[in-house]
Amino acid sequence: MSRFTNQRTAYGTTLVELGKENKKIVVLDADLGGSTMGKLFEAEYPERHFECGIAEANMTSMAAGLAQTGLIPTTNSFAVFAGGRAFDQIRQTIAIGKLNVKVVGSSSGFSDFGDGATHQCVEDMAIFRAVPNMTVICPADANETVEATKAIIDHVGPVYMRLNRNDYENVTEEGKKFVIGEPSVLKEGTEVVVFACGVMVGMALEAAKALEGKVSVKVVNQATIKPMNTEAVNKLVEGCKGVVTAEEHNVMGGLGSAIAEAISKSCKPIEFVGAKDTFGCSGHNYKELLEYQGLTVENIVKAIEKIANL
Amino acid sequence: MGYSKELLDDLTAKAQQLRKDVIISIGVGVAGHVGGSCSAADLITALYFYKMKHDPKNPKMEDRDRLLLSKGHVAILQYAALAEAGYFPVDDLQHTKEIGFHLQGHPDVIKTPGIEAGTGSLGQGLSIGLGMALGQKLQGIDAKTYVLCGDGEIAEGQIWEAAMAAVNFKADNLVAIVDHNKLQANGRIEDRFDTLPLIPKWKGFGWNVIEIDGHNMEEILTALDEADTVKGVPTVIVANTVKGKGVSFAENVVGYHNGTLTEETYKQALEELSK
Repeated sequence: MSRFTNQRTAYGTTLVELGKENKKIVVLDADLGGSTMGKLFEAEYPERHFECGIAEANMTSMAAGLAQTGLIPTTNSFAVFAGGRAFDQIRQTIAIGKLNVKVVGSSSGFSDFGDGATHQCVEDMAIFRAVPNMTVICPADANETVEATKAIIDHVGPVYMRLNRNDYENVTEEGKKFVIGEPSVLKEGTEVVVFACGVMVGMALEAAKALEGKVSVKVVNQATIKPMNTEAVNKLVEGCKGVVTAEEHNVMGGLGSAIAEAISKSCKPIEFVGAKDTFGCSGHNYKELLEYQGLTVENIVKAIEKIANL
Repeated sequence: MGYSKELLDDLTAKAQQLRKDVIISIGVGVAGHVGGSCSAADLITALYFYKMKHDPKNPKMEDRDRLLLSKGHVAILQYAALAEAGYFPVDDLQHTKEIGFHLQGHPDVIKTPGIEAGTGSLGQGLSIGLGMALGQKLQGIDAKTYVLCGDGEIAEGQIWEAAMAAVNFKADNLVAIVDHNKLQANGRIEDRFDTLPLIPKWKGFGWNVIEIDGHNMEEILTALDEADTVKGVPTVIVANTVKGKGVSFAENVVGYHNGTLTEETYKQALEELSK
């Protein structure tokens, strides 16, 4: 049994654990600490938690200033606000200056299912992938979030990490060290390679299982969206027929685009599973909304079959 | 508080030198921010050559006082001060904005020693400065952070987020200075976008407000020293200034917000500043 079943609790708890030894860690929230789990850090180390109020721009620039005094700040809000409302602050001061700030976009993708398009985020990976000096991380599950949190705190420089709001099953190994930039093969296979990130990693594994005996599928957990390890990715697709990518994000600019750029010289066919350049909408539960958006095991299966039957 | 005539005269002369450095770094035929640099020259001089604890040989000294230009477009003024203080050779100023050179059009934290953070997208410096002030406090560093803002710049909403936050966090080691030169890029503030009155706004947000003549060195020093004595709230110094101060043809002229000098006006500006 894993310690955590959702990413935000894994993240919040890991920050508390790291914060015990590492007094440089400071956590900033914008009135959503109850969701981002910044509240866990606040409860333990109130002097190192900054409640910045509903003012994400100020929170983000404050984090830049805190970082310049040697601290390691994380800014926390829903992805659409942590990144979206503070894009300019992140770009101008944090990214250009390579400041040691960790921007953590919580409730990313469609995971804030009830609140609708205004609170769901399908473009954050594309936005921050296009910003020079940024590292972009999208962990697969709660287990990986624990390790990714340790890795981004150790990493010196600006990071954007997106997290999911909801409970779902862990598919990565608990306690496996997270190395930024390293793809992780979760299932070997030879015909079709699926690169997935976030909640889609589990679905990719299910899709591969459903096709057992029919198509030999390799499943790669690509939690680092940037920097993309082009060499490693090209090695992983050697000899395969083609590639499928799966992400809880617009098919433009995110994981799919990053993989397509990385393997462009191989001329392999690619199928993209993700949001089809559309905003989200409200749903009664997460599963229902993912299905409505086409983010399903069935669609990954279809994409794999399409490639396999070429 | 009494300041010796010698000190005041020295600082006033230094401010004129910074203005000359600004003109030299702008040069002939290429636009540069003459107006806002000249309006803030006395304030910046007082900070670097009187008030702030800093070490040009050790720009990252932990307990240094820090200065951020929220109005990042007057970077050339800060470069002049940093050069005169010894952070890098004064000759470097002539190469400002050359491709690959360390003196960029706006402050660059990686390239230029003495720059504390990248600014230029207006309205963000006060928040960055607040973060620095809180970082200093949290780590028990006895130091202050100063932020120079423009009176046009404060139309940016984030300034007022920071103004609220600084009071909320009781950042009494944060000092904002508003270079109140009455002009913004496209005209008089009152005609283009009225950010006035300044004093009631800052008071309303809970700041300790000091209003001064931003070209009177004694008033500047008095205000900076007074800010040290205020506990529990941040201080803002509203400095009444003249845009383009010291260069007769640029004073109060909007066109010199980011103006171009000819051979003739370049020479005239340096002559006037040498008097």
